[in-house]
Amino acid sequence: MLQVRGLTAFYGDFQALFGVDFEIDDGERVALVGANGAGKSTLLRSIAGTLRSTRDAIVFDGRPIGDVPAAEVARLGIALVPEGRRLFPSLTVEENLRAGGLGDRHGPWTLERVYELFPMLREKRNASATALSGGQQQMCAIGRALMANPRLLLCDEISLGLAPAVVKQVYAALEQVCAAGQAVVLVEQDVELARSTTERIVCLLHGRVTLSGRSRELQREAISHAYFGV
Amino acid sequence: MGWVDTIVQGILLGGLFALFALGLAVIYGVMKLINIAHGDFIVLGAYLALGISGAMHRSPFVVLPLVIVVFMLFGYVLQRTILNRTLGRDLLVPLVVTYGISVVIQNVLLQTTSADSRSLKVGGIETASISLPGGLAIGWLPLITLLTALAATALLEWIFNHTRLGIAFRAASDDRETANLMGVDDLRLYGYATAIALGVVAVAALFMGIKFEFTPDIGPNFLLYAFEAVVIGGLGSFWGTFLGGIVLGVAQAIGFALDPGWGILLGHLVFLAVLVLRPSGLIPRSSVA
Repeated sequence: MLQVRGLTAFYGDFQALFGVDFEIDDGERVALVGANGAGKSTLLRSIAGTLRSTRDAIVFDGRPIGDVPAAEVARLGIALVPEGRRLFPSLTVEENLRAGGLGDRHGPWTLERVYELFPMLREKRNASATALSGGQQQMCAIGRALMANPRLLLCDEISLGLAPAVVKQVYAALEQVCAAGQAVVLVEQDVELARSTTERIVCLLHGRVTLSGRSRELQREAISHAYFGV
Repeated sequence: MGWVDTIVQGILLGGLFALFALGLAVIYGVMKLINIAHGDFIVLGAYLALGISGAMHRSPFVVLPLVIVVFMLFGYVLQRTILNRTLGRDLLVPLVVTYGISVVIQNVLLQTTSADSRSLKVGGIETASISLPGGLAIGWLPLITLLTALAATALLEWIFNHTRLGIAFRAASDDRETANLMGVDDLRLYGYATAIALGVVAVAALFMGIKFEFTPDIGPNFLLYAFEAVVIGGLGSFWGTFLGGIVLGVAQAIGFALDPGWGILLGHLVFLAVLVLRPSGLIPRSSVA
């Protein structure tokens, strides 16, 4: 479904990605692990189009989208749950969810379905998004991305700063998302969590892929070697 | 008696200021662009209404829908061709460009219509009034202006709070990049915002043109009133902008009642007082509507 070939990315003069190859199939779950600054978020931002790259570096459904603007990429069916959640502070919870549906993609996810997945969002539907707890904000951000009915869901550090019990809840919800057939890329700091919830792991180090393989088959030592480069 | 009359007249005048201010508030609210040419757009709208109503031999009220449509198209095209290019990290660029547009409009109007003062004639309603008990008289025109301002405010509130377009406007205002991730094309969205703003400006232009004698260079005065009303009102909601217009109108009316030279000055002083004492305005942005 998605192929990334030789992707490079720059922030000004600083090069963040050096020829990254990556791919994901329909309905697959892939974890992206690596230390801070390894380029995980940069890879997601490049796929989502908030960072432009060269035209052919990213191909989605056979269509090169490397230089396509983010709004159009979203309409093609790629949704990003951004790092730090980035909810719209002047919108209510429900308006945030409805904002996720502005791209006019129709499918299984509706306001009603998102409320079934995260019942506490229904209770807080008229509250400001800033009034939610961290975990609730994360659920709202995931719900907002689902409202776009994406074929590929990109999640950037959705467990960051959350209590372990809440992380469990969020990941349980993701199981249901995958059951609906969406492909998911997870950026996750917790390697064990990444291993247990995905089929494949890709490890980045200093902007390069250092390891890629099936989650259950990879050895702990191989992962930590790829992770830290030692 | 005397003071009641002064305040009532001030509120009525404030309706016109509110109409001036709404368009400015829309553009600033959605894309943080301060449109220095705003007052000149009001004057341009008045000349357009004058020209169309003259050519069609119809009252300016009758041709208003046409003026609104022309102005909305103008707003969309202006945003997509020029103003979108000015948006970015540097706030100075849109200021300079809209200042330039202001100069261009004033000079084009001067070249094409001369410096003679004009006004829109609407067949007697300008001077008609209702007498109320207690010696109060309310002019029909100011009353219609105030009611129109109320209606325009309510319409904008409805668009921003109860439509998909409104959610997109507010989302893009909060966080442009994340709005992009939702599939929102921000540049087109800004075109819609300016179209809506200039639709309101066309309405403001009609009432301005009936109330005042206008010349090509008078626009900056209206920009100042609009700007003051927006700042007094705060950016939390269009009702704040409306309220800002009313406060400015009442302040001016009280000033004029004290001394004919003080009217506009007192309006400015109230504006400065709000800036000092309550810089985020009467209805600040953080209070979610």
